[in-house]
Amino acid sequence: MAIRTEIIVCGGTGCMSSNSQDIKNEFEKQLKALKLDKEVNVIMSGCFGLCEKGPVVVVYPDTIFYAHMTVGDVEEICREHILKGRVVERKAYKEATEDDVMKIKKFREINFYAKQKRMALRNCGMINPFDIKEAIGHDGYKALGKVLTEMTPQEVIDVISKSGLRGRGGAGFPTGLKWSLAAKNDVKQKYMICNADEGDPGAFMDRAVLEGDPHSVIEAMAIAGYAIGASQGYVYVRAEYPLAVERLNFAIKQAYEYGLLGKHIFGTKFSFDLEARLGAGAFVCGEETALMASIEGERGMPRNKPPFPANCGLWQKPTIINNVETLANVPQIILNGAEWFASIGTEKSKGTKVFALGGKINNTGLLEIPMGTTLREVIYEIGGGIPKGKQFKAVQTGGPSGGCLTAKHLDTPIDYDNLTALGSMMGSGGMIVMDEDNCMVDVARFFLEFTVDESCGKCTPCREGTRRMLEILEKITKGKGEMEDLEELRDLANTIKDSALCGLGQTAPNPVLSTLNNFYDEYVAHVKDKVCPAGVCKALIKYYITDACKGCGLCKRNCPAQAISGELKQQHHIDTTKCIKCGACKASCKFGAIITK
Amino acid sequence: MSNEKITKVNVTINGKTVEVPSNYTILEAAKVAGVDIPRLCFLKGINANSACRLCVVEIEKMRGLKNSCTVTVADGMVVRTNTEKVKKAVKRNLELLAGNHKFECWKCPREHNCEFLRLLRKFNIPNVIGEHPETFSRKDTITNITDAMVIDSSKCVLCGRCISACEKLAGTGVLNFNFRGSHTYVAPALNHNLDDAGCIYCGKCIQACPVGAIREKDDIDQAKELVENEDFYTVVCIAPAVRAALGEEFGYKIGTNVEGKIYAALDKLGFDDITDVNFGADVTIMEEATEFMQRFTKYLNGEKVVLPMFTSCSPGWIRYIETYYPQYLENLSSCKSPQQMHGALVKHYYADKIGVDKNKIKVISVMPCIAKKYEAKREEMEVDGIRDVDLVLTTRELARWIKREEIPFTELNDLKPTSPLAKYTGAGAIFGATGGVMEAALRTVRDTLEKQDYKDVDIKAVRGVDKDIKEAKLNVAGHEVYVAVVHGAANFPEMFRRIEEGKKQYAFVEFMGCTGGCINGGGQPIVPSYIADDVNVKDLRAKVLYNVDKKCELRKSHENPAVKEVYKEFLKEPCGKLSHKLLHTHYHQKDKYSK
Amino acid sequence: MKSLAELEKIRNEEKKKMNLRDIKHGYQIVVGMGTCGINAGARDVLMAIVDEVDKKDLRDVTVTISGCIGECEYEPVVKVIDTKGKEFIYGKVTAETGKKIVDEHVMNNKVVQDMLLEKYKG
Repeated sequence: MAIRTEIIVCGGTGCMSSNSQDIKNEFEKQLKALKLDKEVNVIMSGCFGLCEKGPVVVVYPDTIFYAHMTVGDVEEICREHILKGRVVERKAYKEATEDDVMKIKKFREINFYAKQKRMALRNCGMINPFDIKEAIGHDGYKALGKVLTEMTPQEVIDVISKSGLRGRGGAGFPTGLKWSLAAKNDVKQKYMICNADEGDPGAFMDRAVLEGDPHSVIEAMAIAGYAIGASQGYVYVRAEYPLAVERLNFAIKQAYEYGLLGKHIFGTKFSFDLEARLGAGAFVCGEETALMASIEGERGMPRNKPPFPANCGLWQKPTIINNVETLANVPQIILNGAEWFASIGTEKSKGTKVFALGGKINNTGLLEIPMGTTLREVIYEIGGGIPKGKQFKAVQTGGPSGGCLTAKHLDTPIDYDNLTALGSMMGSGGMIVMDEDNCMVDVARFFLEFTVDESCGKCTPCREGTRRMLEILEKITKGKGEMEDLEELRDLANTIKDSALCGLGQTAPNPVLSTLNNFYDEYVAHVKDKVCPAGVCKALIKYYITDACKGCGLCKRNCPAQAISGELKQQHHIDTTKCIKCGACKASCKFGAIITK
Repeated sequence: MSNEKITKVNVTINGKTVEVPSNYTILEAAKVAGVDIPRLCFLKGINANSACRLCVVEIEKMRGLKNSCTVTVADGMVVRTNTEKVKKAVKRNLELLAGNHKFECWKCPREHNCEFLRLLRKFNIPNVIGEHPETFSRKDTITNITDAMVIDSSKCVLCGRCISACEKLAGTGVLNFNFRGSHTYVAPALNHNLDDAGCIYCGKCIQACPVGAIREKDDIDQAKELVENEDFYTVVCIAPAVRAALGEEFGYKIGTNVEGKIYAALDKLGFDDITDVNFGADVTIMEEATEFMQRFTKYLNGEKVVLPMFTSCSPGWIRYIETYYPQYLENLSSCKSPQQMHGALVKHYYADKIGVDKNKIKVISVMPCIAKKYEAKREEMEVDGIRDVDLVLTTRELARWIKREEIPFTELNDLKPTSPLAKYTGAGAIFGATGGVMEAALRTVRDTLEKQDYKDVDIKAVRGVDKDIKEAKLNVAGHEVYVAVVHGAANFPEMFRRIEEGKKQYAFVEFMGCTGGCINGGGQPIVPSYIADDVNVKDLRAKVLYNVDKKCELRKSHENPAVKEVYKEFLKEPCGKLSHKLLHTHYHQKDKYSK
Repeated sequence: MKSLAELEKIRNEEKKKMNLRDIKHGYQIVVGMGTCGINAGARDVLMAIVDEVDKKDLRDVTVTISGCIGECEYEPVVKVIDTKGKEFIYGKVTAETGKKIVDEHVMNNKVVQDMLLEKYKG
């Protein structure tokens, strides 16, 4: 018979590192054993987005969503569900309904997906990235065909401009405008670059697109090349994404085989070459001028702007650099029109945005929402709220370049300008949720530590200034801070913001300034009272045993510093001078008798 | 990059409107408006990477602060350099740089012309950051020490000027940033020792450095020891180019000849005898011109001979050819440099003449060059176990020594040394300028081959500090002879390309490691960038030497009576047996990154 | 590939191949499996229905299987759910009659009255 069932196994990095490749292989093995292999298809796709529930397997056309899959579960699913039609309820995704009863939800009924509008991620989880025909079946390269045979380069730029598409890498610069700046240079050689360096900690939006739908990026690069007059493109992808690199390179090879890259695409005059270039572990190479320096074989250090890359970029030729997610939106805009795209989102921020939701949140994973969705909807309706019933404290957007938003900002509609006005920024899409157990001073220190390590070292304010800011923060978290330090922190931050050479330096102080503005009291507590209210900064917390102690002695046995004393069945006691604050005692106590203050 | 026509635009800086060419940067326009914008990493024509962020200004309608060193003006642009924001940025960035700088100003060779110290003074910067023991302060000071120079990261402001200078002027690109962030340091890859990293010791990096992070190896204390040792008879000799520049260290205008005062100062420092390398240069011409004529005659007779002949007096050039073009070693003249010939003659001829034990004579030369320190230490530069030259000081070190001894240089009366080894002709004097060696040699070659005594000795075709490669077609004894003069190591590959191309049959080529010749050597006084931007230092200094030449009674090396006496009494003939023993040498291929 | 026509050809082929993953708004056909169903020949019924849907290119129709619904004497059982959500249960379906259900009911909204389970039950 014809294929009557398809099993899609998630092949995103998250699920792959939980053995989803083995799960796929096991499915093939079991189906063959049950002689179902001629009527059931198994494929591996890109990221589904609900990474919290991974490894994920979805069965079509039933649209049953299996969560937390293991190799051991495969045989049962094949025998019970695929052969006999009985859904394996214990593995199927369930959600609590109004009366708190857990009910199986099919794939498209899941709350996590209900409020999303997956456009850049439309094919992730739906197609096999290793098969160009599946991408074509989902309208892949149709837009390129339309562009090359029915539109002039200027018309392409006009459509993108009218759509209101803005750069998704963080700055939000209007894409159509950027393309027009390069297009108007009357120079033969131009370059198109895709920035896939995605260095923000906690961000993996671009990774998902490259792993799950590389052809959308390849197609968009060719469209952009046509629009601006470039015949050569580079995808600069960080080497820390081996799956993305492998699938991208494979997809490029297939595109060449099918004549969708190379000379005279679709028999027209337009030729376009594309290759991937790997990064080498430098966050700063996500900055466009440092990225170009890296491709040129130079040290990855940013250069002055002006001249801007659109006029003088890679090897001094007009160059456009776009983010992966920006490009992933392009084919759809061409096919569905500028008005369609502009009808989604807010007045100044059109379309959707992919966010990587992480931290203290129930549904960690990737989500794509129309601009204008509120933070509250994202965190509570899509994200499923804060686990363990903890209190929401802040959400960090924009990674090490962004700031935090607090509970009073939860009803803010998400768009570029709103977030910037509140002292944060959209950034590339990393969104980290924090609860009452996070110390905001420590959060600022964490992000600054990252930027200090990643600073290229070229300009004085970033190289020297951020290092000094970090020293002050460390001083504060160690309990040695003074009130003047807070002023110095702010003063240095402003100097660095004003005078740094590139975006890394200019935005590095943001997490500090943002937490200083929104959580000033927490800083003062660290400095004046020498206390960490959230109980995080090791030097400022002490471990205590309360009278809930039953004297079982478990903590004493687990203490690596022999800091606990006490007789059996008597309340034990911690010597805080010996305590190294490892937390082993608190973790081992079955009576919750150990607290930090 | 647009090839737009350059027009005139109006720019307002701190309220003052000036009209400047449209391709001017804000920094240049500010100068026109009389506004001095602080800068540290900008070096015109060499480095414009806007790293220091000290030249930032506020431009109306643009957010943030922009660096004035590379941003070009636009008509109607309004710039402010005196707002609170700008002043704060300058002060705080200077403070941050000070936080990682090891201050030893009294010991530092840049004490009197450090560009960083100047700004710290000007803006009255406190030295507070980085003083606490628990703060980061470039804890592992990276040093790279060789015979000729030292890299010291504890003073480095990471401006990148030395890196660009090595890339653009030497063409060898030996230096770069290692690591990143606050751990960045400048050195060859992974701090491999400079001596083995392809460095030619031209010292362009030192001349580019705004501070004392990369500097000559300081040998003043050794010189003092030699002079103070009563057992030793110390003979000092100064290079042609020293007199053209030393005055700058004492406030004289660039291009002032202070020869007489130098001799006086050397006398006050306690040297036993004062001689002049210009004499050594004259001897070099005797040897080198003869060697050239021997090769050329062989060539005319159809014998197999290696041409063109290359000069060999620039030790930076010698390091270059040994490392990068060893296949051409046979083109090199076998002559030692004037410094080495002079030293050898002092030890083995002059010693006997004045009745001093040659083992007790110490030759200290003062050179515009740091490669000379390395040259004096080369294995071959000795005869019968006695080194030709015992110690080399740069022009800068001599100036520092004079200052330390508190000798009032500007008030000294000119001294005229009496030693025959201080007598020179105009030909010897022009060695310090690019084309000088060639011209001096040709003056002797022409007279000898044509058996004439030419009165018109100027060969202007090989003069000039601005053209990278100068070529001339000369008629010598009825033969058409192509000669070339190339200066600045970055231009050497092009010269080799022309030689290989074979379009012209060059007979003789002069190579100088430094653009402009020795007057712009790595040991010469450093002109701070904010002055050097607008002044043709090379041209001004070269003019001094050509003026000395013009004023000389004798302008051809073979006319020098002291030189004639050396040959009559001692050497007998140029390129003879004794000459070859004392005044000639061999060269070898040099590897890099081999140790 | 040298032309848009070639691209379109592949697109159409693949669209059909990946049809199972699309959102469908049409009829749903559920073939009862379970052990008794399979014993009664439900697999042949499934094969016939799947092939017929494929042959007639009914892109909006979903064909799935379910466990035993408790009508074991009337196996193989096939449930048809129309676009309004109304359920029709057929009993004692064969490969032949399964095809008929697709052609008449699913394609033309003509219920095959004499195969309805309630008809068998009387």
